[in-house]
Amino acid sequence: MSEQTANTPELDTRPAGRIALLIEFWQYFRENRGAVGGLVFFVFICLVAIFADFIAPHGATTQYRDALLVPPVWQEGGDWRYLLGTDAVGRDMLSRLIYGSRFSLFIGCVVVSLSLFAGIMIGLVAGYAGGATDTIIMRLMDIILSFPSLLLALALVAILGPSLTNAMIAIAIVQQPHYVRLTRAAVMGEKSKDYVTAARVAGVGPVLLMFGTILPNCMAPLIVQAALSFSTAILDAAALGFLGMGAQPPTPEWGTMLAEAREFILRAWWVVTFPGLAILLTVLAINLMGDGLRDALDPKLKRS
Amino acid sequence: MLAYLLRRLGLIIPTFIGVTIAAFAFIRLLPGDPVLLMAGERGLTPERHAALLKQFGFDRPLWEQYLDYLWGALSGDLGNSLVTKKPVFEEFFTLFPATLELSVCAIAFAVALGIPAGIIAAVKRGSVFDHTVMGSALVGYSMPIFWWGLLLIIFFSGILKWTPVSGRISLIYFFPPVTGFMLIDSLLSGQKGAFTSALSHLILPTIVLGTIPLAVIARQTRSAMLEVLSEDYVRTARAKGLSPMRVVGLHALRNALIPVITTIGLQVGVLLAGAILTETIFSWPGVGKWMVDSIFRRDYPSVQGGLMLIAAIVMLINLIVDLLYGLINPRIRHTG
Repeated sequence: MSEQTANTPELDTRPAGRIALLIEFWQYFRENRGAVGGLVFFVFICLVAIFADFIAPHGATTQYRDALLVPPVWQEGGDWRYLLGTDAVGRDMLSRLIYGSRFSLFIGCVVVSLSLFAGIMIGLVAGYAGGATDTIIMRLMDIILSFPSLLLALALVAILGPSLTNAMIAIAIVQQPHYVRLTRAAVMGEKSKDYVTAARVAGVGPVLLMFGTILPNCMAPLIVQAALSFSTAILDAAALGFLGMGAQPPTPEWGTMLAEAREFILRAWWVVTFPGLAILLTVLAINLMGDGLRDALDPKLKRS
Repeated sequence: MLAYLLRRLGLIIPTFIGVTIAAFAFIRLLPGDPVLLMAGERGLTPERHAALLKQFGFDRPLWEQYLDYLWGALSGDLGNSLVTKKPVFEEFFTLFPATLELSVCAIAFAVALGIPAGIIAAVKRGSVFDHTVMGSALVGYSMPIFWWGLLLIIFFSGILKWTPVSGRISLIYFFPPVTGFMLIDSLLSGQKGAFTSALSHLILPTIVLGTIPLAVIARQTRSAMLEVLSEDYVRTARAKGLSPMRVVGLHALRNALIPVITTIGLQVGVLLAGAILTETIFSWPGVGKWMVDSIFRRDYPSVQGGLMLIAAIVMLINLIVDLLYGLINPRIRHTG
């Protein structure tokens, strides 16, 4: 390959199309051991979430009145029926954690989809239209960004009422300005390039120009941001759950589980430790993946 | 410099007005009208309801109400708390020093550890130290801090019994607030053991709140330092025979710190959001806990006022950081 391209630069003999891009991407991604580790763990969590009904030893809300605050199996007083112990009302910790993975992944997916969709739409319009439209949109985004994200999400949940759905909507609203800014910046960078002008001259309408021509070339930073905000979404939703403004008990959402466990911290370490560890490991895995994605997709941002 | 200042102010004023509109809209977006909200569970006769609506001016056009609100906000009148009946403005600024003290300590902790760690990691790139710092930074960055706080309480307060579980100072000490900073006030009071008590209450919340900024600052310092170290002028300085300490500490660090200062400035919002969680866990009597309590107590004027004041503070600090940035980096001042 190298010989040929060296002689005739315009001849690129690499396999063309999306598959080639994917292969190239994978080769970069593979080099980053942390990212691969993150990916493996993330796939593991996904599998746990999908097959929760088959692997969870007990129901998520089943209470065993004869087994309140049973410690994990390796500690004195542990019981093999409850590997990670039970909580204050006799629910199996392991099963609740397993079912909880569903909520975290669901929250991440919904929040990222909502904020990505809204952010791209608004950002495209701002970047493409320019002028007053752009100024108004960006000032609005500045206003949203001048509130600390968790505080704004809390206030929105206060308006909408505490529930998992409303927490997700609130977090999506708080996160979308980041996508708007990225999309707008990318669109403004691409807009004046020759291929866009060529498409415009060829008679491509504004909608197709925005979505068909410009957007595909702005995707790299958006994908990276999506990966990173997936983890922020999980963290924020868990924080809202912890404050009692997210998923409501007895939902086995990890943050909500922590809130319920708070009063037992000095008596039963396991009810506090495991849900938080689950949040940390999931978020860490996604962040590792996000770093790898950024390095593989965006050579400009590559860590030296 | 003046032009730069004016340009930044020109950007911030519309945003501030937007924030006041958002805070104004907040109470009107809640289900039910403001008078019903204030009446709470008690219930009202329709006549009394109408009279109250008129009394508070809720029957006037929205823009008139907004201008009133804006004028009040600018002159420090944000209404009264529904629970304590005291002015929101006063409540906020009674509690704010506690949050400020915690935030200042947290950012100092993050800077004091993060910058040296980042520098050494960059200089010893690829070493075990580098990998350890970057690994810990990633864990810190991914940390659910509300859980981290609980873990520290279990370990240091529960098992080791080194630190108290909550509050700002032991109840046996009492002295009037002078600066609002417990560390300084306890020293000024001259009471034996007061300072130690205040300090021991502050340690865990500081670590919890400082964890994410610490991780971000360490990562940012490392990457900025790496970038600078590969520049020509650093190579020149090395070639001149300057000691590595001088090259890194003097030549490289000054330029590497520019992006780091921006990063530190960006942590203000992170700190205030983190303060909500940290203060809740440690029962720290600051504005973060007050906001959460106000939301639960349905004390909407407090929530509204707090939202606006916190956003205003974030904006103000960001402005100051921007100006500092312009001061140390002339390129921004002239082109940006």
